Amino acid sequence: MVVGCLQGDCHYISGNIRARARVERVLAILGKIGIGGERLRMFNLSAGEGGKFAAFAREFVDSIREQGPSPVNLVRAGSGQPAEAEGGR
Amino acid sequence: MKSASNLEKVLAAGHFAVTAECGPPRGADPEIVRRKAALVKGNVDACNVTDNQTSVVRMSSLAGCMLLREEGLEPLLQMVVRDRNRIALQSDLLGASALGVRNLLCLSGDHQKFGDDPQAKNVFDIDSMQLLDLARTMRDEGVFPSGRKLEGAPQFFIGAAVNPFADPFAIRVPRLKLKIAAGADFVQTQCIYNMEKFKKYMELAWQEGLPEQVHILAGVTPLKSVGMAKFMRRMVAGMDIPEAVVERIGAEPKEKQAAKGIEMCIELIEELKEIKGIAGVHVMAIEWEEKLAEIVGGAGLLPRPVVE
Amino acid sequence: MITGTEKPIEEILAMVEPYQRLILAGCHGCVTVCRVGGAKEVQVLASTLRLAREAAGRPLEIHEVSLERQCDPEYVEKLRGLVGGYQAVLSIACGAGIQFLAEKFPATPLLPGINTGFLGVTVRQGEWSERCQGCGDCILHLTGGICPVTRCAKSLFHGPCGGSVRGSCEVDKEIPCGWQLIIDRLEALGQMENYGRLKPCKGWSSARDGGPRRIIREDML
Repeated sequence: MVVGCLQGDCHYISGNIRARARVERVLAILGKIGIGGERLRMFNLSAGEGGKFAAFAREFVDSIREQGPSPVNLVRAGSGQPAEAEGGR
Repeated sequence: MKSASNLEKVLAAGHFAVTAECGPPRGADPEIVRRKAALVKGNVDACNVTDNQTSVVRMSSLAGCMLLREEGLEPLLQMVVRDRNRIALQSDLLGASALGVRNLLCLSGDHQKFGDDPQAKNVFDIDSMQLLDLARTMRDEGVFPSGRKLEGAPQFFIGAAVNPFADPFAIRVPRLKLKIAAGADFVQTQCIYNMEKFKKYMELAWQEGLPEQVHILAGVTPLKSVGMAKFMRRMVAGMDIPEAVVERIGAEPKEKQAAKGIEMCIELIEELKEIKGIAGVHVMAIEWEEKLAEIVGGAGLLPRPVVE
Repeated sequence: MITGTEKPIEEILAMVEPYQRLILAGCHGCVTVCRVGGAKEVQVLASTLRLAREAAGRPLEIHEVSLERQCDPEYVEKLRGLVGGYQAVLSIACGAGIQFLAEKFPATPLLPGINTGFLGVTVRQGEWSERCQGCGDCILHLTGGICPVTRCAKSLFHGPCGGSVRGSCEVDKEIPCGWQLIIDRLEALGQMENYGRLKPCKGWSSARDGGPRRIIREDML
């Protein structure tokens, strides 16, 4: 989970916009190699929005729990079917 | 006489020349060329045969030229530098001359991106200006560009294409001057619709005395419909079709637009005949060769002169 | 600089499929500047490959390394003691760097991790654009400092062609017409007389057409 400032409210002017572009790149990579892009999310929040932060965190944790362990963890635990990345074999 | 081509003779005798063009077919069927030849014959002094125009593969220009010759038409070989290096260009020039082709048009060629093979490697070893120079050197000096003597110099009436309407306008006339310096005996222009701009171009050309140094054949293309006018304006680079022209053909009901297009083309030729320094017209009736006689005749340019 | 672009991860995964242990070698030269082959990209690519292979149940051991330059013998030597312990080297340097490694370590398979691009400049962060084709016979003094071989899609020496429209090339509206740029610049410099001169056919023997090129400086040997 990556958290950035609100759009247009970044101390580094466009830092949070750039960060989102990079998160999206990582997300695409995770999707392509069979890990799943849904395991990474970026939220935008202000420092004063504690309640919202907690809600986002819960929402993300729930979504991860729903997805279950990552393919890597499944393989490590010896209980899962290996994931097939698009370019594999 | 540089080439003793019919086109050169007609121009030298001071006649207002007429050329047209034939696009070879997308296949090996010679009958298609012969059918077009029958429509063109008698209406022109020479007929251009295009060289894989818009980078779409067609029967070779030289083969098209030979088929026209067999039908008794004088061919004008278009040659682009996109697909052949200087070795192939020289070789094809010698071959074309040996087979009796006497007119040549030196072009760059559309980028391969527009054809069926956009992944093709382009050549552009030399450009169209340098091809003019190369052809002229071979013809006049009887040598290869390398300096070695030719076993028989090729005989060509050498031409170039010019676009008076392309960007940037500032170099249009310097560019014509450069083409003449490189070896152009005649030039054929891009289709003219914007007469005002063309007249301005001719004025600037006269300031340099260029129409006295080269035969300028003004390009015209009859419009088949308002749709064609709009399409050409939008899609063809360097095509200048003023709004008034589009409106005039658009004002006609659909079934009368083709006739209007021909009428407008004839008017345009009549107007071009009056411009000092215009030596002839190049009628590009694209896939509409059957209208050629009507257009050329309508403009009072038939029968074509026979010059010995 | 020499630019490059990432290869699709699927293509790299297919390339490394037969191996369990490899070196991933970056380069601190040009490809670092264009963000495709430096130390950071080594980390990102190594992590990606490890994750993918682990998830597929065929873990891959990757030794991450970045050389100062992969195109200079003194830096390449750093890998000498290392390559013996690995099955292959995946390099994300330019094609010259990758080939130089292959030359120096003939017993080790070399895999290209990027597609090498062109000699270009950084237009702005994240955008690079071609400027030079290394044709070996520079005429920039005649063309207002703008190269017709590179900037014109047809490499014309007497452009522009009929496809120049309002300053753009017919190939792509986003590409400025090289000859429009040249003419604008010649006009601004008062050097339009250069436009009106017929340039001789270019000798391509100094370009790639003459075969692989080499430079020998007697004073430096």
